Amino acid sequence: MDYFNTDIQTLHEQLTSGQLTATELLEQTYAGIAATDPAVDAFLTLNQPAATAQAQALDDAGIAVDQPLAGIPVAVKDNIVTDGLTTTAASKILANFEPIYDATVVTKLKQAGAINVGKVNLDEFAMGSSTENSAFKVTKNAWDHSRVPGGSSGGSAAAVASGQVLMALGTDTGGSIRQPAAFNGIVGLKPTYGRVSRWGVIAFASSLDQVGTLTRSVRDAALSLNVIAGHDDQDATSADVPVPDYTAKLGQSIAGLKVALPAEYLGEGVDPAIVAKIQQAADQLRDLGATVETVSLPHTKYAVPAYYIIASSEASSNLQRFDGIRYGFRAKDVRNLTDVYVKSRSEGFGPEVKRRIMLGTFSLSAGFYDAYFKKAAQVRTLITRDFEQVFADYDLVMGPTTPTTAFKIGDKVTDPLTMYMNDILTIPVNLAGLPAASIPAGFVDGLPVGLQLIGKHFDEATLLQVADAFEGANDYLDQIPGGAH
Amino acid sequence: MISKDSVAHVAELARLEFSEEELQQYTAQLDEILTMVDQLETVETTGVPVTTQSIHLQNVMREDIAHNDTDTEALFKNVPTRKGTLIQVPAIIDKEED
Repeated sequence: MDYFNTDIQTLHEQLTSGQLTATELLEQTYAGIAATDPAVDAFLTLNQPAATAQAQALDDAGIAVDQPLAGIPVAVKDNIVTDGLTTTAASKILANFEPIYDATVVTKLKQAGAINVGKVNLDEFAMGSSTENSAFKVTKNAWDHSRVPGGSSGGSAAAVASGQVLMALGTDTGGSIRQPAAFNGIVGLKPTYGRVSRWGVIAFASSLDQVGTLTRSVRDAALSLNVIAGHDDQDATSADVPVPDYTAKLGQSIAGLKVALPAEYLGEGVDPAIVAKIQQAADQLRDLGATVETVSLPHTKYAVPAYYIIASSEASSNLQRFDGIRYGFRAKDVRNLTDVYVKSRSEGFGPEVKRRIMLGTFSLSAGFYDAYFKKAAQVRTLITRDFEQVFADYDLVMGPTTPTTAFKIGDKVTDPLTMYMNDILTIPVNLAGLPAASIPAGFVDGLPVGLQLIGKHFDEATLLQVADAFEGANDYLDQIPGGAH
Repeated sequence: MISKDSVAHVAELARLEFSEEELQQYTAQLDEILTMVDQLETVETTGVPVTTQSIHLQNVMREDIAHNDTDTEALFKNVPTRKGTLIQVPAIIDKEED
């Protein structure tokens, strides 16, 4: 089966009315994955025996009407640990790593009855924008298999866009949920920093990382966020802020809401055809009763350099734990303990991960800290203040998610700087810790374009309200990708 | 302009090793990235505080309560080599000097 013409609510009604069992749905899901994944390459590991047992248990107990995700098959990005199920972060250094606990988000999904069908591909340690940095396979864009799915949550995006599952978890440090969602024509939601627990998420850049969802519809994103949001005693950086019902404002009129459109987001480097789509989206929001006005976020162009210093510095520190001693790959033929560290890391990490460790170590090293790390952290403050000024007068910020549509596999992977510039429109959000989503905004030459909506801290509800209104005014969900052109 | 020697020094700090060819490639790439980063110098930041965390969390405190809920055997599940309940590692001194 595929998931093109359904959603969580529809399946939930079929499951609770007895038209469909969780076991049947799961079997059909695995059949769909078996039929499509040889071409898409989204999955790294399937969870079939445990998932089958979970579906059977749900069928035996009956699915409750107040558990909308119960029996719904989902996929999990492979940098989120799963008890007893191999978790690799798409790195050779963790190729055989079997976690002994579940990440909090995985526990919450399990408690809600969602069924983890398997782990999906990513750029190694979530470092990349194309999923080509995976040590294991190259995932394909759902709309054109010769193109990248984006990254780093490329497996999550390709799985949802190809109709393999309705929801996949992703992580977003500089755009890693929103950019692949845009490239695949689906909904990607990065919640506010601290909104969702990161306990059990393999750390990349701890002041930026956040877990979120990739879905076909805005409502499915809201239903999923209802389950995964909230404070966690195990994650001191998770925020103790009440969790509303994120579906409550869906369907409500957006008349009177004020939306800001930053001039910098439509400027140099952004494909004019994408700019036209975003202007068209602005007109649609106006037709729906919102006010859309042009504003300025003057420090936008400094976001990429600030981000790559901050994220790489944090990564160089977080990845020190991979030393070949307690878990993960240990190199053979070593002469002493230092050799274990150096050879295990040098053989275990891929080129992009090494590049970021090098950049981060340099930025934090004696004599360079003030000029690089401290300067970047100050510029981060200025980028945050830009948003604060706009949000004093506006409810939401809108713009494109990406400067171009999905590029060809192999096109940018040898040129790190060009790849980094691709993140310019998504990175500022992470630096400021804001919630943001990418939602489908049409097509350019048959490839999807993403509209990015950015909200105030912890105001995912308004973000989803506007996203839902925009989705309802269009029929992009009716268009089905045919990747094998 | 970052030198090859500096890159080799950073590699040592990061516990990474590169072949001569890789070292040249990383030097060129890091130089290109740092040149892009140098545009930050044009931003006036006198008196601007650093941001290291975006949602204004203060120190988060909790009671210090001991938990004993992970089995020792489970903790050894991913250890490459062990002796009893100890993690086995190579000798700290060179093998040739054994």
